[in-house]
Amino acid sequence: MELTGAEIVVQSLHDEGVEFVFGYPGGAALHIYDAIYNHEHINHILTRHEQGATHAADGYSRSTGKTGVVLVTSGPGATNAVTGIATAYMDSIPMVVITGQVPTALIGYDSFQEADVVGITRPCVKHNFLVKNVNNLAETIKKAFHVAETGRPGPVLVDVPKDITAQKAHYHYPDDVTIRSYQPKIKGNDRQIKKGLEMLQAAKRPIIYVGGGAVLANAAEELTHFVRDTGLPITQTLMGLGAYPAPDSQFIGMLGMHGTYEANMAMHEADLIFAIGARFDDRVTGDLNKFAPSAKVVQIDIDPASIGKNRKADVPIVGDVKVVLTQMIEAAKQLPDYDPKQTEDWWKTIKQWQSLDSLGFELDDKLIKPQQVVKDLYEVTGGDAFVTSDVGQHQMWAAQYYHFKEPRKWINSGGLGTMGFGLPAAMGVQFGNPDADVACITGDGSILMCIQELATCLQYGMPVKVLCLNNRYLGMVRQWQEFFYERRYSHTYMDSLPDFVKLTESFGHVGMRVENPADVKGALQEAFALKDRLVFMDIVTDQSENVFPMIPSGAGHAEMTMRPDKLNSPKGAA
Amino acid sequence: MRRIISMLLENEPGELSRVAGLFSARAYNIESLTVAVTEDPTMSRLTLVTKGDDAHIEQILKQINKLIAVVKVVDLSANPHIERELILIKVIAKGNSQRDEIKRLVDIFEAEIIGVTDSTYTVQMTGDADQTDSFISAIQIAEIVELARSGVTGISRGKKGLKG
Ligand SMILES: Cc1ncc(C[n+]2csc(CCOP(=O)(O)OP(=O)(O)O)c2C)c(N)n1
Ligand SMILES: [Mg+2]
Repeated sequence: MELTGAEIVVQSLHDEGVEFVFGYPGGAALHIYDAIYNHEHINHILTRHEQGATHAADGYSRSTGKTGVVLVTSGPGATNAVTGIATAYMDSIPMVVITGQVPTALIGYDSFQEADVVGITRPCVKHNFLVKNVNNLAETIKKAFHVAETGRPGPVLVDVPKDITAQKAHYHYPDDVTIRSYQPKIKGNDRQIKKGLEMLQAAKRPIIYVGGGAVLANAAEELTHFVRDTGLPITQTLMGLGAYPAPDSQFIGMLGMHGTYEANMAMHEADLIFAIGARFDDRVTGDLNKFAPSAKVVQIDIDPASIGKNRKADVPIVGDVKVVLTQMIEAAKQLPDYDPKQTEDWWKTIKQWQSLDSLGFELDDKLIKPQQVVKDLYEVTGGDAFVTSDVGQHQMWAAQYYHFKEPRKWINSGGLGTMGFGLPAAMGVQFGNPDADVACITGDGSILMCIQELATCLQYGMPVKVLCLNNRYLGMVRQWQEFFYERRYSHTYMDSLPDFVKLTESFGHVGMRVENPADVKGALQEAFALKDRLVFMDIVTDQSENVFPMIPSGAGHAEMTMRPDKLNSPKGAA
Repeated sequence: MRRIISMLLENEPGELSRVAGLFSARAYNIESLTVAVTEDPTMSRLTLVTKGDDAHIEQILKQINKLIAVVKVVDLSANPHIERELILIKVIAKGNSQRDEIKRLVDIFEAEIIGVTDSTYTVQMTGDADQTDSFISAIQIAEIVELARSGVTGISRGKKGLKG
């Protein structure tokens, strides 16, 4: 079959099984958009900004496990997409981004809407391609999906010059591709697995530390099985939340900068850290020199470069988390049964730390506590909603108080920390899960960064529920200024905020303002009852709230700052 | 510690910049870098010299390995190997006694004079890092006009090649 390059792009996406393409047209992509116009099946979603397109594809991917697909034009279209690509890269999200490029003959001449997109994106993609021959186009797209989805996933960009999209070639979409220089290791080494298990069995103060890798590998079931068998304490990173059900008693909370007292203390005192798809990120470890001083480390990761990068691994295990955990469950059968008595003392200590209730907070009659809003959201949605967030205090409260029961329900930009992510991501989640409750917990600062996507939500009828925890501040930055800059609130007060209710209404949605603590739950119920409407809830919260506990930068896990009323800690929290 | 890292990568435009970009993005240093196509025209061989302790080099190797375009990478210096660098050096050479003195040095270091003017010699020399370094310091009996170094390339000793 002879097709034009543009038709090949669209047909390849269709043959790949792509459900949605999030994009925005422009000159260099015109042929491709024409092919979309003529194609019966492809579902293109017109966002209102290329950043929105990438975040939407990202949210779609995170919530469904499928690869997100983006289509944008050359130059500004592509540069607008960069933030979203970098966001996906930092969190290892599979994404294929197709960018139009100026015609081959014009590349390198500073042509209209030319940008070296392959060069610009090189450090924030897993791989990228410039297509120079229409005969390679279909195979290149197949390779892009292959690279994006296998190994440690990530975004892959395919730059397609306009002339290539006009030329014709025989179309064949390969079922499979191999790349000689790319063969990710899937299965773990049996000897290392045995060694890891033996260390776990011998440990007196072990902790299981789980990151986003477990979510990406779809390993929740194996993880839950494995962890329950051992009876050991488990902590999860911001990206790992949901891999193991948070309401379970073995889960001792998120760790890291805003982790629970018990999770951070347990990391600090542990004699063995059993890391599963987690990379010892600086927001997790605090000062590396003070981190987990007496722990040995077993580390499972699909990316060899993530093993031992920040903290030496005594037993490195390279492989897919799901496969390795399955191997572990099997291998554990050959070992003597785990004796839960061995960790009785350890659990006693942990329970003592837990008794401090480090996430406890006090309600107020007049001011809405943001933490309570998240708790109410959990109740109203039965803990089953997809929750996306932006970046800031609201993000941390969402992570701390919405006790995720399942993987892929908590969607946030952990690695890059991209404000503006929440709304378009929620939109993408809703596309992938049309019948589910989708909440976007956002802040008055973040929401304005991609507010234009309210229009997309109207066009496609995406009934996202936006909870704007409106503290009239860039709250997280204000918090740092309060603690470390003697309350010099430099450029963190959000002066001249719009009337969010009117703004939402002008976009054709339902707006609500909530100002009384007593009204929060009722308002949430009302909002979620509006099944087919987007509701924007402008929730006016206590401006002075801070996120606790907190490990100040440069401090160690045992040096957390607690809520002022938590100072009487059982074991001398700072 | 000084390390010689050698890799095979897809011979496509832009692939070199992935390696170079990795080094700058992660603040790894590069002392020298050479790259050229191999007997298999689809692959280039890139050799670079960097410095770091074991953990640092391990991380560099892993990051290079992660690049999709890299087919194979090794730390040549971890095993018996041969390294060579070509240097071209132009020095002031005036008068018989200075010219003789330079010629003697050139003989001692098994270098070669490949260009002559009435006031300069251009000398070519190959060797490993020790040899080239000591030649460069020895030749400074004459004034150096310019120095061009190819950067180090290398190959492992024994039967095996990088590919297999
Ligand atoms: C694109 C971008 N710019 C700047 C920042 C730095 N930053 C982190 S949190 C934050 C404040 C966010 O304010 P808001 O959305 O109101 O959330 P709050 O902390 O008040 O809950 C800022 C500016 C960022 N993360 N992303
Ligand atoms: Mg705010």
